[in-house]
Amino acid sequence: MVTKAPRRMASAVVAASLLVLGLAACGGTTKDSAASAAPAAPASSAPAKADPNAPIKEGLKIAFLPKQINNPYETIVDKAGIEAAAEYKGDAKEVGPSDASASSQVSYINTLTQQGHDAILIAANDANAVCGPLQQARAKGIKIVSYDSDASKDCRDIFINQANSEEIGRSQVKLLADMIDHKGEIAILSATANATNQNTWIEFMKDELTKPEYKDMKLVKVAYGDDDDQKSFQETQGLLQAYPDLKGIISPTTVGISAAARYISGSKYKGKVVLTGLGTPNQMRQFVKDDTVQKFALWNPKDLGYLASYAAAALASGQITGAEGEVLKAGKLGERTIGKDGEIILGPPFTFDAANIDQFDF
Amino acid sequence: MSETTSGATSAQKASPAPPAPGSGASRRGAGHLLRWDVLVTALLLVVFLGGSFTSPSFASAGNLSFALGDLGEIALIALAMTMLVVAAEVDLSVASVLGLSSALVGSLWDAGWAIETIIPLVIVVGAVCGLVNGLLVTRLGLPSLAVTIGTMALYRGLAYVVLGDRAIAEFPQQYASLAVDDVPGTPIPYPVALFVVLAVVTAVVLHSTGFGRSLFAIGSQEEAAFFAGIRVKRIKLVLFVLSGTIAAFAGVVFTLRYGSARADNGVGIELAVIAAVLIGGVDFDGGKGTLGGVIAGVLLIGLLRNLLMLNDVTTEIQSVVTGLLLIVSVLTPRLAAVVRQRRRSPVP
Repeated sequence: MVTKAPRRMASAVVAASLLVLGLAACGGTTKDSAASAAPAAPASSAPAKADPNAPIKEGLKIAFLPKQINNPYETIVDKAGIEAAAEYKGDAKEVGPSDASASSQVSYINTLTQQGHDAILIAANDANAVCGPLQQARAKGIKIVSYDSDASKDCRDIFINQANSEEIGRSQVKLLADMIDHKGEIAILSATANATNQNTWIEFMKDELTKPEYKDMKLVKVAYGDDDDQKSFQETQGLLQAYPDLKGIISPTTVGISAAARYISGSKYKGKVVLTGLGTPNQMRQFVKDDTVQKFALWNPKDLGYLASYAAAALASGQITGAEGEVLKAGKLGERTIGKDGEIILGPPFTFDAANIDQFDF
Repeated sequence: MSETTSGATSAQKASPAPPAPGSGASRRGAGHLLRWDVLVTALLLVVFLGGSFTSPSFASAGNLSFALGDLGEIALIALAMTMLVVAAEVDLSVASVLGLSSALVGSLWDAGWAIETIIPLVIVVGAVCGLVNGLLVTRLGLPSLAVTIGTMALYRGLAYVVLGDRAIAEFPQQYASLAVDDVPGTPIPYPVALFVVLAVVTAVVLHSTGFGRSLFAIGSQEEAAFFAGIRVKRIKLVLFVLSGTIAAFAGVVFTLRYGSARADNGVGIELAVIAAVLIGGVDFDGGKGTLGGVIAGVLLIGLLRNLLMLNDVTTEIQSVVTGLLLIVSVLTPRLAAVVRQRRRSPVP
């Protein structure tokens, strides 16, 4: 009897699934039918009028909710934001989950809502998973600023974007061109062939290269290191062997640039081939110090936190509402105009070199 | 606990358990108030009072409603897990089944399937996952800890095969509401209401039926139970299928609640469930425990975390507190048993 049971169980499961599939054929709510019946986007909390001259309120309670605490990069962003809050006499803190899973931020949003904060700043782990609780927070008058990684745009007031794609793409070409005197063959070492952000940047790089000032520069190849250290290392080696006249490489990926730097620093190409791209100071420090790399870029995380902090304060004080065209006054960073969909761009990427790299630890 | 059978049973009792027969049944008498599940309930009250005093919003309907809703999936899965652990088995693959279920919901929804089709289908898949666990344990005689560590990786892998690293959102509002909204007129979210119903059913089954008693018998002494005519393997198979089914259903709730179907949904939840079951006083070696204790355990973990968060206690300290609580909860009944035994038979 014991031996028969599993077989009976299995057939019951099969029968049940067939029944389910049979019933299912009768239709129901699908993605398409739901889309047509989708409710209108929730009305944004009272279309308040922005008063650009309103003073920043004192004692604003704001909280930073990073993707994950104890992540060195996010610690820098949030710390700068907390310091900015001290400038406008606000009361800021950082709380967050120890893992960066989709759902882990949700209970923190609830907590911050219950604690009655004036604004919550969030680097969303999942644009949608955080949406419901953020809506509840907004219903209580709490202002929401997303930074670094956006939440769905109907769940936040403002998104502080670290840099726009066009600026990243074009500035990478300019950075390299300056170092090779606008002359010679160049290559790109990207991540995967279908990485959306990489490909967008590469399109802008190619477009920038069509300008007359780059007429003596030639893009000979886009290689893909798949954001794998070893593959990126090998691809760099391959590029340098295949194109003996190569003058420069752009690697707009933190994995790629450090692998390429490691290869070049130990090869005969050191000092002959210029490498630049997007990297983090801690990864690149040794290669900047040993002269393999002169300059590379990334946004300045301190400025990112600072700007986000001021955006939260300005929202909570009624200086801005998040509408397109409003101007955010952000302390020492000056002014930023709010773009489409409540997006504010931090600015052009920040260039790291031997003179400033030691000021950063991430 | 008496040595009537050969020592070949799978679940050797490592604990210096009291020599009293039928220790699965609750012990009445002097030791009654010292029962761990009673202590947990008392501790829960302390947390509740502590929360009310230290944070003005702790006891508010909005906060409690959220905190309860946030425990929904853990609580649901804990019902099946309680029965499994009582029968001296465990299912570590529940969180992966939850993730697979979420991934299936997402990819089928994205492919244009009707949600009315997806939900039952996904639950059947969960049952099959449980069946696989159960067959490996009962037919091949493998330890469930090892089997479900394997299927934990297997099912999570399948979840990534199904959905990759994408996140599917935009589920119909009326279904999302079912996972988030409160039963009208109460601060109780729908999944919690459903949990209450299932918990009552589970409590009755576990504590007042022959089936429930056979779980305790299996957990206490599997071989004796078998020779007493209990269909041990079949019952275990049923438990695993139940566990997979509930985990898949929890996956549906999870997906709708967060409005985001992902392969990595619910990572690590199996540990929270097992922690709640152990804190609730169920013996990991099987044969002992109450469902009331487990429910108190789930609430204790959830409300304690909520209390700590409202008081700005950092995530690291929250982990420390939960870990200590778990160790104390596993240790205390054993210490109590040692003390009782010493009193009865003084060491020579």
